Amino acid sequence: MHVMYFTEQPMSAYPADIGLEAGHTALMFSNKYFDPVAGSRLYNEYLEHYIYAEEQGVEGFMLNEHHNAPFCMQAKCNIFASILAAVTKKAKIVLLGNPLPLAENPVRLAEELAMIDMISKGRLVSGFVRGGGQEQLANGVNPAYNRERFEEAHDLVVAAWSREGPFRWEGTHYQHRVVNPWAVPLQKPYPRVWIPGVLSQETIIWAAKQRYPYIALNTSIEATKKIWELYDKVALETGYEAGPENRGYLQQVHVSDSEEKAEKNARQFLWMQGEFTGLAHPVWANPSGYFSPTLRRNFVEFAVGRAENPRGRPTFEQQVADGRVFFGTPKTVIPKLRRVLEETRPSIYGIWGNDGTVSNEDARTCIRLLGQEVMPAMREIGKELGLRDPFETNAPVHLKYSTDLKHMPQAAE
Amino acid sequence: MAVAWNEQRVQLGEVKLRLWRGGPKDHEARPVLVLHHDIGTPDRLPFYDALAEKFDVIVPNHPGFGEPERPNWMRHPRDIAALYQWLLADLGVERAGVVGLGFGGWVAAEMAALAPRDFHRLVLVGAMGVKPPEGNIFDQAIVSYIDYARASFHDQAAFARIFGDVSTDQLVAWDLCREMSFRIAWKPYMYSQTLPHLLGGVRAPALIVWGDDDKIVPYSAGQAYARALREARLEMVRNAGHCVDMEQPEALARLVIPFIEQN
Repeated sequence: MHVMYFTEQPMSAYPADIGLEAGHTALMFSNKYFDPVAGSRLYNEYLEHYIYAEEQGVEGFMLNEHHNAPFCMQAKCNIFASILAAVTKKAKIVLLGNPLPLAENPVRLAEELAMIDMISKGRLVSGFVRGGGQEQLANGVNPAYNRERFEEAHDLVVAAWSREGPFRWEGTHYQHRVVNPWAVPLQKPYPRVWIPGVLSQETIIWAAKQRYPYIALNTSIEATKKIWELYDKVALETGYEAGPENRGYLQQVHVSDSEEKAEKNARQFLWMQGEFTGLAHPVWANPSGYFSPTLRRNFVEFAVGRAENPRGRPTFEQQVADGRVFFGTPKTVIPKLRRVLEETRPSIYGIWGNDGTVSNEDARTCIRLLGQEVMPAMREIGKELGLRDPFETNAPVHLKYSTDLKHMPQAAE
Repeated sequence: MAVAWNEQRVQLGEVKLRLWRGGPKDHEARPVLVLHHDIGTPDRLPFYDALAEKFDVIVPNHPGFGEPERPNWMRHPRDIAALYQWLLADLGVERAGVVGLGFGGWVAAEMAALAPRDFHRLVLVGAMGVKPPEGNIFDQAIVSYIDYARASFHDQAAFARIFGDVSTDQLVAWDLCREMSFRIAWKPYMYSQTLPHLLGGVRAPALIVWGDDDKIVPYSAGQAYARALREARLEMVRNAGHCVDMEQPEALARLVIPFIEQN
């Protein structure tokens, strides 16, 4: 089982009351409230956290990126990945991930990732995302072509990594005269690709058709089981049987040396006011053309304030009760996580450990307890439950490298 | 005067187009193509009726705007302009007047630039399509469907008269319109960098009309159109927002009808 540490890298040093008053904390929330002195301190603290985490036994770092929002300071996950490639030694660097549609030049992205893979000596897991709606607006990228760009940029990155150059690319959204990046990845056929997501069925189906592990981001246990049902069904239709090696799960887990302190800090998971991507206007999070046409009717009602957010905004207590937020000492948390692993059977597990205004000292305590106690226990439970991760099973990086297909699948879309 | 309207469906290559055509029952009339806003259009509006008393009025629903079937290949409003040239050819329409409303004004200007000798008169009302020398075209991406439509009116009572309580069907239609606007006019948003350089060839006299409270397209864009076209008159309609046609139909018709009636 692969267990990794995650934080959104929150920019906690901003006046949250002003955000609440404005009614939004993303996209249009003015960057005049960004304090670069605090930003510099926080970036360096977060960097120290990863280094410390590796020393404490953490075997993977999950990194991500967002734009125009205080809840996440990373605007380019490849920057932290590059630094960690150089300053850490063993932990996997798991990008979940680069928002492909934002790339105007996927070949350059392929080059960056190849460099990270080589500098890290093959520790890169290169996840890809569509990017939230706000990311498209923040980067001036057309949301109506989001999924098309995601799929084509993926195909181009993979081609740039694995096809002998030079070749030409004449696609719908990308055209390149000469694709021939000098730097190619160390890992062959190419670095593992994991696909995180929250809601879109299309992404689950796409990931299953590629045989890429799907990482459910902070979804409820029930929703997560439904995701596996769909993934497993598509996998069977595609010609393979999905198992734990195809499943990842990210959850919010804060551990501390006392229950009281753990609860106080876990409440910081609501720092973004209960939304996954901060407070925002619905049409920023889901611009027209970005979301699935099957949801159009429900969404338009939500967008004008006539319906509740389909994802809901559960209270802290509800989230604890639903098994979305965990807190406690290692002794009380481990049995709870065992139940999650028994029920959902992922082989990849991301621990979203610290958020909001958790102090540097408490964040380090959490990381130490995760690395020394919680994660080793989870790896043992994983062994016991047969939750073998893609590294352990040597799972094919992509469907096309499968040797166990039940029948000739149609070409992966 | 009696006006007869009928709905028609036209196939242009792969594109299925729906249009309304109306005019005087009792005599031949000059054809006038009316091109609607980026928020789509109700099938009938008092402004369309006023025109149809005098002219053979053709109001196509822009492909992809409010209709679930969408030409996915389209990338620019110029594609719609070329498609409408095809429409006019298939309908056998010659020397039409063209009235472009807001986004439809952009398409109308593109049509005139593509075929500078073809049109009898060109009317642009709050037209998008050129970069306003001052100010920016309002970005609908950051507001809700209703807020965008509301911003298109000077008087909210006029909005209510047209759209009432706004049905879910209307919201879905606006979302489709917005998606198509993004597909073909995302960047640069709602203008062409080349169009101003092509307008000088247009032979049709032009009437440029702006609402005095247009919050969507700055008046400076109207001035830019008036400068770029050979023969253009710029008029302002009082107490009107961007959707002059919906808010002040009579005042607009009083400007447009005599202008198109000129020979």
